[in-house]
Amino acid sequence: MPMRDLTSRALDTATALGAAYADVRVVRRLEESITIKSTRVEGVSSGETEGFGVRVLVDGAWGFAASHEITTAEADRVAAEAVRIARASATTTRSRVVLDDRPPAAGRYATPVAEDPFAIPLDRKIAALLEADRAMNSVKGLAWTESMYSAQREEKTFAASDGSYTEQSFTHIGSGLEANAIDGDEHQRRSYPDNGGLWASAGYEFVRAMDLAGNAERTASEAVELLSAPPLPAGTRTILLHPSQLYMQVHESCGHPTELDRAFGTEASYAGTSFLMPDMLGSFRYGSDLCDIVADATVPGGLGTFGWDDEGVAAQRVPLVQEGIFVGYLSSRETAPRIGRQSGGAMRADGWNRIPLIRMTNVNLLPKPGMSFEDIVADTDDGLLFETNRSWSIDDRRLNFQFGTEVVREVKHGRLGRLYRNGTYTGITYELWRSMDAVGDERSWRMWGTPNCGKGEPSQVGHVGHGVSGARFRNVRVGVMS
Amino acid sequence: MSGSSRVPAAADPEDALRIAEEAVRLAVAAGASEAEALVASGESALTRFANSEIHQNVASTEAFVNLRVAKGRRVGVASSGRTDPEGLRALAERAAAIAANVEELDDWAGLPEPNGAPEPVVAAWSDGTGGAGPELRAEGARAVIAAADAEGVAAYGSFSTDVEAHAVANSKGIRVAERRTTSQLLTVTMGPDNGTGYAEDCSVDATRIDAAALGLEAAQQARASANPVDLPPGDYPVVLNHYAVVDLLDMLGYLGFSALAVAEGRSFWEAGKQAASPLVTVTDDGRDPDGLPMGFDAEGVAKQRLALLDRGVCRDLAFDAQTAARAGRRSTGHGLPAPNPWGPFPVNMSMAPGDASLEELIGGLDRGLLVTRFHYTNPVYPKRVVITGMTRDGTFLVEGGKIVGPVRNLRFTMSYLDALAGVEAVGRDRRTLRGMLGGCTVPAVRLSSFSFTGATRAG
Repeated sequence: MPMRDLTSRALDTATALGAAYADVRVVRRLEESITIKSTRVEGVSSGETEGFGVRVLVDGAWGFAASHEITTAEADRVAAEAVRIARASATTTRSRVVLDDRPPAAGRYATPVAEDPFAIPLDRKIAALLEADRAMNSVKGLAWTESMYSAQREEKTFAASDGSYTEQSFTHIGSGLEANAIDGDEHQRRSYPDNGGLWASAGYEFVRAMDLAGNAERTASEAVELLSAPPLPAGTRTILLHPSQLYMQVHESCGHPTELDRAFGTEASYAGTSFLMPDMLGSFRYGSDLCDIVADATVPGGLGTFGWDDEGVAAQRVPLVQEGIFVGYLSSRETAPRIGRQSGGAMRADGWNRIPLIRMTNVNLLPKPGMSFEDIVADTDDGLLFETNRSWSIDDRRLNFQFGTEVVREVKHGRLGRLYRNGTYTGITYELWRSMDAVGDERSWRMWGTPNCGKGEPSQVGHVGHGVSGARFRNVRVGVMS
Repeated sequence: MSGSSRVPAAADPEDALRIAEEAVRLAVAAGASEAEALVASGESALTRFANSEIHQNVASTEAFVNLRVAKGRRVGVASSGRTDPEGLRALAERAAAIAANVEELDDWAGLPEPNGAPEPVVAAWSDGTGGAGPELRAEGARAVIAAADAEGVAAYGSFSTDVEAHAVANSKGIRVAERRTTSQLLTVTMGPDNGTGYAEDCSVDATRIDAAALGLEAAQQARASANPVDLPPGDYPVVLNHYAVVDLLDMLGYLGFSALAVAEGRSFWEAGKQAASPLVTVTDDGRDPDGLPMGFDAEGVAKQRLALLDRGVCRDLAFDAQTAARAGRRSTGHGLPAPNPWGPFPVNMSMAPGDASLEELIGGLDRGLLVTRFHYTNPVYPKRVVITGMTRDGTFLVEGGKIVGPVRNLRFTMSYLDALAGVEAVGRDRRTLRGMLGGCTVPAVRLSSFSFTGATRAG
């Protein structure tokens, strides 16, 4: 069945039944994953899901229904169900939903892919991962290893009652290694290139460039070495956040609190709210003068890179923090007009059976000319370098955070020193960002990916990106459990 | 609350079983020596409210077929949302192609054998939820909002209903199917002067959830927690309300009560070890009608009751077919959908009640804290079950057995094993709440000490 037949049928039915606005997304998602544990091919799977969802605005209230059956009859049923649901919503309306204007969206977008991961024979992908896992297991003293590869392709058609019609194809890919060493109650883990794998919008060329096999032995050796490293002592220290940790700091303490739905309370029942309120725009000092953060859905390679969001708003770059001042939000067509702005194009849904929510696109801390991250290490007289996120937690308003990393290294007189295990640091969001006195330049800047960002009820898992280059912070509390 | 009469056609267990059997047949025809199909289909719906109005309201009709095939010792898994003949045929071919391309598993013990047909768990289904529509969920939201209005606070929350058929068939003769319903209503309330509250209930039967009572509970808590004051972090005795206790069990299940976690050395669990206070008994029972029951796991194996902590002592572990075969025993019915590198998981946990009322638990605190619930908890040192997280929606200072007033939310970094070793008293009233992967039935508890390592700010 031609796709337009389905989308037109759903939109026509919804508007005929009273929807002032309607949109429909038809999504087909393919996934392939490989897991190897201790040189054993533990799990290989291939997933496929497809369906469509209809979102309607009736009497100023939202309704949404979705189905895995792609037929015109089901389009009628689902559109009618969405209208029925919207009418139930309207029984509690206190303020009618108003959407901002945007030009109808039209066109196509596809992730640039050099090597299609789904076209590469499975046995070759398994063999490459197995080689790396075996290389880790050449190191003595490990409890177990785990190596992962995953690729996802999503084909999405969006149509709206204002005439919008877009077609997009996204390819996301991730891979990585993990070595685990255990001695009694002590369990140490070391990952490469990142905990849970490094992710991007890209083809298989992204995985090849990781050189997993070439980094396997070092990764495994560090896991064993951590067992005999001393725990990080408690104190207040200068800390350097490697990009593999800094991106998580950006994610939790800038990305989430700048979601405008959180500021308006509509995420309060699950993820929480935000300390960044609209009356603070343009005046609140979020960080030091070196702190420039943007939400950029146009940057190549990001997990939050696209042509249009799930409301048909074109990808764009939105300033969130400029020279340390809080200036903007991630927003939607419904929320942006409430602060006198237009949507920043951040509405994204996790598949056909979920509504779009305000999600991060690529929330990036911009590089600063002058020093690479290595130069910052050399410029530090006495500090601690935190590398590769291991645990994370932050309060419901995104103020009090605590992170742990896989490794912490002492920095003395500009040189890396001893290794510490079980490193943690904690603080208050704006106090940390205000203490930032060095940011790496473009030489250290790259995109990192978070493929497991949870939000919403029913739960949604988002793929979002973060560009960072590493940074230095002063007077931070470390060693929480020491 | 009243329900309507329509039960989703997609939630028919006989249909689900027929699809599973067809997928197995196609896989065997494609050359599989063994095949197993898990089918889950039905309708999920959720009505969400914020600022005392419904702002998100969704429903979806879904199907999931997970097909595991073996060719000798080579195993592949494929899944699909399609249940039509062409979709199932393509699914079987994908799974077979994977099995043809992977390495042999030297310890592959095969799919589980039938071990008698599991008795149907009648309590897993309710017509009240089966017939629930958006009108019933909106009625629940309005009841919460009305309670919040009466207390002068704003209501936020969600009311969900899930109606599903589950079936598993395999080439060794397992054929099981059942229908299940679950529902959950939760609310966060926010009042003036930074007061917040929380209430939640889960049930097989959505019409048994008392939305007005939950709204009142959360709204009164929001009033009581207004104008919180700073309290220095440190070690305090605590009373954890039900909503906080569920996280203790979740983390023990996630990190420790799995045969694979023990085999890999990442679990705290040791047979016969006194891991918690003798007042702590934790079981996992898929047939417990007080929870969110289910008769079998993702491998079609009947759920066995596990005594995970028997008066604080480690007794049983969760096994799936693979970990059971390695241990030379039968699965306990705790398998998750394949492939599952994390291992088996207890999804129907409960903690035995004690004999204290909540007032008596609080009355036993000379100077301590009453905690409503935890937020964003995460393992710091997994093997010792050291967890960090925040308190949320009502943290109260208690002195001389009386609530003195609210304090600002605190961060804790604490071994949950140490916490449970210090259980002094257990509440007699239990609630069924949503756990990490299933239902979890818990009482409130009083602990001798809890380590708070930080505090949040006013703004």
